[in-house]
Amino acid sequence: MADTTRRAMLAGMAALPAAACTELAETGPAGDLFDAAEDWHRAAHRALASRQALAPEYAPDERSPDIRGNGSLTVDTPEYREQLANGFADWRLEVGGLVANPLSLSLADLKALPQRTQITRHDCVEGWSAIAEWTGPQLSRLLDEAGVREEANFIVFRCADTLYGRAYYESVDMVDAYHPQTIIAHELNGEPIPEKNGAPLRMRIERQLGYKHAKYLTGIEAVASFDDIHGGKGGFWEDVGDYQWYAGI
Amino acid sequence: MKRHALSTRIWHWINAVAFIVLFGSGLTISNAHRYLYWGDYGFDPADAWLAVMRFPSWMTIPQRYDLAEARDWHNLSAWIFALALLFMWIASLINRHFWRDVATSPGDWSPRRWLEVIKSHISGDHEKPAKFNPLQRIMYGVVLGILLPLMVFTGLAMSPGFEPIAPWLVDLLGGRQSARSLHFLAAWALAGFAVLHILLALLPSQWKELGAMITGGKKESRHG
Repeated sequence: MADTTRRAMLAGMAALPAAACTELAETGPAGDLFDAAEDWHRAAHRALASRQALAPEYAPDERSPDIRGNGSLTVDTPEYREQLANGFADWRLEVGGLVANPLSLSLADLKALPQRTQITRHDCVEGWSAIAEWTGPQLSRLLDEAGVREEANFIVFRCADTLYGRAYYESVDMVDAYHPQTIIAHELNGEPIPEKNGAPLRMRIERQLGYKHAKYLTGIEAVASFDDIHGGKGGFWEDVGDYQWYAGI
Repeated sequence: MKRHALSTRIWHWINAVAFIVLFGSGLTISNAHRYLYWGDYGFDPADAWLAVMRFPSWMTIPQRYDLAEARDWHNLSAWIFALALLFMWIASLINRHFWRDVATSPGDWSPRRWLEVIKSHISGDHEKPAKFNPLQRIMYGVVLGILLPLMVFTGLAMSPGFEPIAPWLVDLLGGRQSARSLHFLAAWALAGFAVLHILLALLPSQWKELGAMITGGKKESRHG
């Protein structure tokens, strides 16, 4: 009996900071500090490295044996099944929003653009990493062709997949949108991207965590703000789980 | 000069709070993927050198599993922890705390001296020395000079936004997943130190010392 009390007390003591943190996180000031810290990280990263500084690239023999599928592993619609069966011959990527010339591109159009191939590391927010080779045109190239207007502050990525019944989407600011390693990948390790990794098109945002790398890409949209898009926080996980919008840490 | 300079005391207590928040939120982050790897990549439990236990909710911050909120706590307190550590190191070098109290001399590395220190502690008849004993110097040196800075550097090495600033840091630590493993190991080494440190501080003979870490303690006599 005495032992139970003592153990309960010890557990209670250990849980005290945790309970205090939960209380603080659910009230205003801690949330504001969290947002401020996110801004400090982004500002510090950009002050210390150039805006174009590259994420490390690896040699072919440093690739991992596979790249784990995570989050959506397919798009559960008859339309997607059909596209998958015919090699995505009818898949279109729409480029729109605050642009002078909206584009609608087929996979063949994307492959006809200058390509960038990079062997980079994918870091999931959960902690695991995988290294793979990705090929595709740079996003900056598409944005230049579409003629992004001055008022645009963010690029939103629209996706075909849904999780928990909600459409997946993501967004980055113009610095990461115009980064040389930000590509619209259509190949993984020299092959068309497999279904579990986002076939046929997937964003690569190499200086940020995995949830920024939107899969099953259908649209690219230049916007002034994302206040009116879905939950208003700039991405699926940001809306659903309150994940940090700046995923550089 | 007081036994503990004001800068040492301020750092000690800020660091204590930051460490508790970092450790608790770190356990939640560990629960998100409970496998550790060496090298640049790792995602398959079959390749892990360690499958970590799932930490129970009474140990974690927050108490429910919430990776996003744990990361918020972790990344906010990391700033406080790292800036406080930098402040403490600069202050210790300027006020000579490091050279006077922590830096070891060759005589401190004698296992015979260590045995004497342990024996006198067990028998309880040791006099309160004005300076740290060799075991304290070595332990504080390892904590302040190796483990705490290692937490900062391995933490930075795991940030994909920081990596373009110093890719050599990730290489030096043996790759991103090695940095993650070292972060985990150093965190538990520090937790082990903290438990020992608190237990020793709670010994009745040490109560004055506990007070001194709050008030600064009596002025120390040069010949005491």
